[in-house]
Amino acid sequence: MARMKFLCDADRCIECNACVTACKNENEVPWGINRRRVVTINDGKPGERSISMACMHCTDAPCAAVCPVDCFYTTVDKVVLHSKDLCIGCGYCFYACPFGAPQYPKVGNFGSRGKMDKCTFCAGGPEADLSPAEFQKYGSNRLAEGKLPLCAEMCSTKALLAGDGDIIAKIYKERVVKRGYGSGAWGWKTAYKETIAI
Amino acid sequence: MLIKRKSSDAARGKLQAALGGLSSGVMDRRSFLRRSGLVAGGAALAGTIQIGAVRKAEAAGMGPATGTKVVTNICTHCSVGCTVKAEVANGVWVGQEPAWDSPINRGTHCAKGASVRELVHGDRRIKYPMKLVDGAWTRISWEQAISEIGDKMMEIRQKSGADSAYLLGSAKFSNEGAYLFRKFAAFWGTNNVDHQARICHSTTVAGVANTWGYGAQTNSYNDIRNSKTILVMGSNAAEAHPVSMQHVLSGKEINRANVIVFDPRMTRTAAHATEYVRIRSGTDIAVIWGMMWHIFKNGWEDKDFIKSRVYGMEAVLREVEKYDPKTVEDITGVPEAQLKRAAETFAKVKPATFIWCMGVTQHTVGTANVRAICNLLLATGNVGSAGNGANIFRGHCNVQGATDMGLDVGNLPLYYGLVEGAWRHWARVWDVSYDALQARFDEVPAKGGRPARTRKANMETSGHTSTRWFDAATMPSEQVDQRDNLKAMIVFGHGGNTIPRIPDAVKGIEKLELLVVADPHPTNFVSLAQRKNGTYLLPIATQFECSGSRTCSNRSIQWGEKVVDPIFESANDYWVIYKLAEKLGFASDMFKNIRMVRGKFGMEPEPESVLREINRGGWSTGYTGQSPERIKLHMANQDKFDVVTLRGAKGSPVENDFYGLPWPCWGTPEMKHPGTHILYDTSLEPMNGGGAFRPRFGVEREETLPGGAKRTVTLLAEGSFPKGSEIRDGYPEFTFGMLKRLGWDKDLTPAEAATIAWIGGNAPDAVSWANDLSGGIQRVALAHGCIPFGNGKARAEAWNIPDPVPTHREPIYTPRPDLVAKWPARPDERTLRIPNLHTTFQKAAIEKGVAKAFPIILTSGRLVEYEGGGEETRSNKWLAELQQDMFVEINPADASARNIKDGQFVWVSGPENNSKARVKALVTERVGKGVAFMPFHFGGWLQGVDQRANYPKGTDPIVLGESVNTVTTYGYDPVTGMHEGKVTLVQIAAA
Repeated sequence: MARMKFLCDADRCIECNACVTACKNENEVPWGINRRRVVTINDGKPGERSISMACMHCTDAPCAAVCPVDCFYTTVDKVVLHSKDLCIGCGYCFYACPFGAPQYPKVGNFGSRGKMDKCTFCAGGPEADLSPAEFQKYGSNRLAEGKLPLCAEMCSTKALLAGDGDIIAKIYKERVVKRGYGSGAWGWKTAYKETIAI
Repeated sequence: MLIKRKSSDAARGKLQAALGGLSSGVMDRRSFLRRSGLVAGGAALAGTIQIGAVRKAEAAGMGPATGTKVVTNICTHCSVGCTVKAEVANGVWVGQEPAWDSPINRGTHCAKGASVRELVHGDRRIKYPMKLVDGAWTRISWEQAISEIGDKMMEIRQKSGADSAYLLGSAKFSNEGAYLFRKFAAFWGTNNVDHQARICHSTTVAGVANTWGYGAQTNSYNDIRNSKTILVMGSNAAEAHPVSMQHVLSGKEINRANVIVFDPRMTRTAAHATEYVRIRSGTDIAVIWGMMWHIFKNGWEDKDFIKSRVYGMEAVLREVEKYDPKTVEDITGVPEAQLKRAAETFAKVKPATFIWCMGVTQHTVGTANVRAICNLLLATGNVGSAGNGANIFRGHCNVQGATDMGLDVGNLPLYYGLVEGAWRHWARVWDVSYDALQARFDEVPAKGGRPARTRKANMETSGHTSTRWFDAATMPSEQVDQRDNLKAMIVFGHGGNTIPRIPDAVKGIEKLELLVVADPHPTNFVSLAQRKNGTYLLPIATQFECSGSRTCSNRSIQWGEKVVDPIFESANDYWVIYKLAEKLGFASDMFKNIRMVRGKFGMEPEPESVLREINRGGWSTGYTGQSPERIKLHMANQDKFDVVTLRGAKGSPVENDFYGLPWPCWGTPEMKHPGTHILYDTSLEPMNGGGAFRPRFGVEREETLPGGAKRTVTLLAEGSFPKGSEIRDGYPEFTFGMLKRLGWDKDLTPAEAATIAWIGGNAPDAVSWANDLSGGIQRVALAHGCIPFGNGKARAEAWNIPDPVPTHREPIYTPRPDLVAKWPARPDERTLRIPNLHTTFQKAAIEKGVAKAFPIILTSGRLVEYEGGGEETRSNKWLAELQQDMFVEINPADASARNIKDGQFVWVSGPENNSKARVKALVTERVGKGVAFMPFHFGGWLQGVDQRANYPKGTDPIVLGESVNTVTTYGYDPVTGMHEGKVTLVQIAAA
């Protein structure tokens, strides 16, 4: 079975934000919510690298673990989705998520945050596939159309890969071999303390 | 538990199911891989069924993206030329899909391209024609607008002459729109017609064309995949041309190529380089000559290439000798070892390409900068083959095409210039009389010590540049070399905040009797000044709302289909230009041979028909083979082109063609010339896309040697010629006379011979490849393996322009006044109808001690989210959200010395007009100590004052901010009038 994954090749990512606006465009995401963001480390310094971030669709998702109303579910493609009908906007998932994926349409110390919104891997929600109700709540369902998330499909340098984890891992491995040096994977240096000469 | 998707919907909804439901596992996997971003040639995947398409048919009527048709257009932002696939349902643009088949973008976009759909949502667009009535915006009809504008133009024409109306066009026009606008200016009777190329790559065009013939990118974005060394100078492609980085980074990975970035700023492009070289702004020539010094010192130059294909390298050598490593380090700040390493890599690890943008061009020495780079390419033999060349990344989506169409003060369409022969050529193409065209021009009286000009002389005199239009409106009339000052600005698709000296521009805007802004958005022309009357806003459609061709930076021409009808009361450029011409009384002549079709508001010119007229006249640049049918065939067969060579696959309808028939595409469409992917490439037959340097400047030249002795040298190639040439040496351009001497005139058909006789009149021998409307001369030359424009040498020394051999000149506002004695600015002179006071301004700056009072170098550039003046992109909610504040990048050392914290407001003050700008500080090491950077896309604030109220209600961009050009300063290139956009001096203080 396929396990859907995102992988951002930090040697390719140029922080062009195509993934961000493609997501906005495809899912009609309102101002103030960014299902996807580009994060730059060492901004303006040697070793500057950017990486596009969204929900990582974790295997054992912390958001789901803490949700008091159990609104999260994992699809057969291993995409982590949630039901906005069940969500109470409590914000627990926001605190649980290591990637800052869950976001809320309203702000305020005491008022409601509104229903949580996050990246759906362009896989919609619990409503019938490609139904207007699904689109209104969650945006498009590209997986149901046999397509992949638009952020990755439109990535200017093909840095952001999305799809079956085994396949994108293979693509990435081929790239690293071709390049002939280390790995541009984000977190590599942190994990392995490897000095990568680029 | 919510697990119902597993059970009930799995059959229809899941990707797994979609894959499983199709019989051929191999094909599905390929489609899947392609969508996953696998690096594979387009051809390898050609013809696979996209599972998306299959699913969609099944799912029809169910979801938001179903029941749609897909329309193909081209992104309207930068010059890369990304194909846009628009999904349209019931006349509404509902979604964008990746354009997998385009060999240029291969499905991808940047932030701007991925959000172009928003442009036709149009929340902030101009919705109907408006005019100012005593300071209030009032809705009017199109008829009233055209009628009043036309009457006012005629009144100004009577009073002050045709030259008093300035026609500012756009790099966002289609080729057809640009051509019609240039033709409109010709019929109106002025050469005061310009567009954004002036402020973008005008110096590139002048510098490159004066070196080897044509002013354009020699290779292509895709060809960079072949490069082994990629030198980037004054270009931040990662932000300005993000999709080009796909090719650059692929080249870097596949060839393990060196990517060397020269820039005052450690840009996002530099972050992906193998070496970053920090230089001082405005010292490009010293950097290049410093590299050349090492190259010649060590004998790394390509001696054979220079000998056979370059004229005048000795003169360059004499200049280069002055740039020893110590001198260069003092001027540029680049350490000797680093520059030597870059020089050695560029000369030895070949093919090497040089990429440049506005960091090179927007200088008082812009043309000289470009010429220096050309010389580096020539000295190392890095022009004219795959993987090398001058990869000039142009700015707007059709700035190359609009330049080609002659939206320029010194050219008729396709670079014919303004000489009598050029006018006569176009008069023949347009089927109008030369005398009638001439009668439209002003007679200019003698003034300011200059002699009077006849109509003919005025017709052949270059116009004002757009960089100084406001000077032409405000200067004393006797300084302005035309009948009267500027009184009217007719602005189509051009920002008002894109050139320096905004405080002076405000005075210019206020002085105008008539201001017409025809644009999807109001632009800063409207918001900058407080006008009361005489101001019109015309809602113009974007290129997504009309059809037409556009030329990307690599000279490939692509056809964009109308996605949706113009929204609100918007009209397309074609109709508006037609209506204005009709009102002014020359539409019947101007549109004589152009087919009219029914459009939104009535009859309008058909773009295909306009392109056919361009084809009929575009011989000089090879714009003749690209018929609408051929271009559309390419768009329909994008998947048949190779991603590296751009060649059409064997057996396909586009076999052997290069994608988009990059000009020159010689002869008639029927000749099936494939276009020219790489200019000046002698390894191919001219009929197959090969070429040679163009001998534009004579066939030989008498030079004076340093000792005083004279000698005559040839300007034709020696021992170098394109593959298959029957003339196995250099040769001049082809004329009928030359065909006769060669005995090839017998190859002409009777019809061709008759046309040549008709054009030539008494002197048929002078009819050339460039004005033979039959195409016979080109056809015969090509049949003999010859390139129609001749086979000459590139010029290392361009004797006919200022600084024939470039020399370093300190910027007018230099932080190093001590270097001015040795490297001064050019003496005062006149450039294109107006004084250009380099020395006066430089001297004054030094006497006033500007470098002390304003110790920080200010440079400017692009952000990925915005483009140009930024009104369009700052009105796009998906983009505006990403950059909400104008800012200045300042080094931590400078910030702490001024007690400035990251994110706080600061005042950036400039040395002219007591100018100042209130912006946020971005404290970063991206800029060096003593350097600041500001993006140039902002506008709507002026010296700390929010001018949102100046916009008509509902048309103000979401994000406003100070324009960098409020604090930028005087300084203009002596050849093209390009402004100095990259070096001035400022002071920064906490606000």
